[in-house]
Amino acid sequence: MFKYFEPNKIFAITSRAPKYVLFLFIVVLSIGLTEALILSPEDYKQSHSVRIMYVHVPAAWISLGIFSCLAIFSIGSFIFKNKNFSLISKSLAPSGFVFNIIALVTGSIWGKPTWGTWWAWDARTTSMLILALFYGMYLLAWRIYEDKNQAIKVTSMIAILGAINVPIIKFSVDWWNTLHQPASINVLSDTSIHISMLIPLGMMTAAFTLFSLLIFLMKYNTELIKVKNKGLDRL
Amino acid sequence: MINEIISMNGYGSYVWSAFSFTLIGFATLYFVTKLQLLKEQKRFASKFGSLNEEKTKAARSQNINIEILSNTSKI
Repeated sequence: MFKYFEPNKIFAITSRAPKYVLFLFIVVLSIGLTEALILSPEDYKQSHSVRIMYVHVPAAWISLGIFSCLAIFSIGSFIFKNKNFSLISKSLAPSGFVFNIIALVTGSIWGKPTWGTWWAWDARTTSMLILALFYGMYLLAWRIYEDKNQAIKVTSMIAILGAINVPIIKFSVDWWNTLHQPASINVLSDTSIHISMLIPLGMMTAAFTLFSLLIFLMKYNTELIKVKNKGLDRL
Repeated sequence: MINEIISMNGYGSYVWSAFSFTLIGFATLYFVTKLQLLKEQKRFASKFGSLNEEKTKAARSQNINIEILSNTSKI
């Protein structure tokens, strides 16, 4: 199965894909922004401030999703000793970190008109801040350790430890009394959000996913070329 | 209509600043990543160009090196 993960085989795809992903991202983002800022209705309680949801929620979802992927690939890298898994994790982390920061900052901006404060130490916000710290440690570890094997070990440990925080973030609104409302979108049960708001939320989530894919592909290509640069030095 | 979109019942500053921060974050990440990629491609091309005939032959035997060079020439 791992033969499909060989860099030499997938570089032909990853080097060509970014331009198509960028085009698709611009199209989906334009539709998403039009829906989110103009076409979607205002909320009866929060008025227009509800529109912040269209950047805050997808950013939070994707930062959580990317960190889960980091943990899965890190476990894979430990078990199967496949270095390409750590290359994939390393390439995913920057966009996950940026999405985490976006979720924190837009959440803070949304908090002011809704809760009356820029910041509250509630369970969801605090656990998201902890996730940002894990992302920061993960990215720093790649820079600090010059020995590649040591860097892989340390970053994998950080990703696996940080993954404990992911279910805490997800269920924090159920386990503790927080300012955040419980989940409005459920896969297994009824969704309490109206379709007129669900469509822009879906479009913005699709746009953000495409952006993280674009950054991943560009970063992965950069990492592969770095490896090949070292290969040329050894010739 | 335009004033309504800009002011958003007094919530415009919050909404626009959240969207602006997101888009600026996207643009910064995209350009930083793009610059890193271009830098590595250029480094690869210059290293490849400085190889002697025998080493060039060995390097060309790997398809991925040819792929990198073909993408570099499009910069």
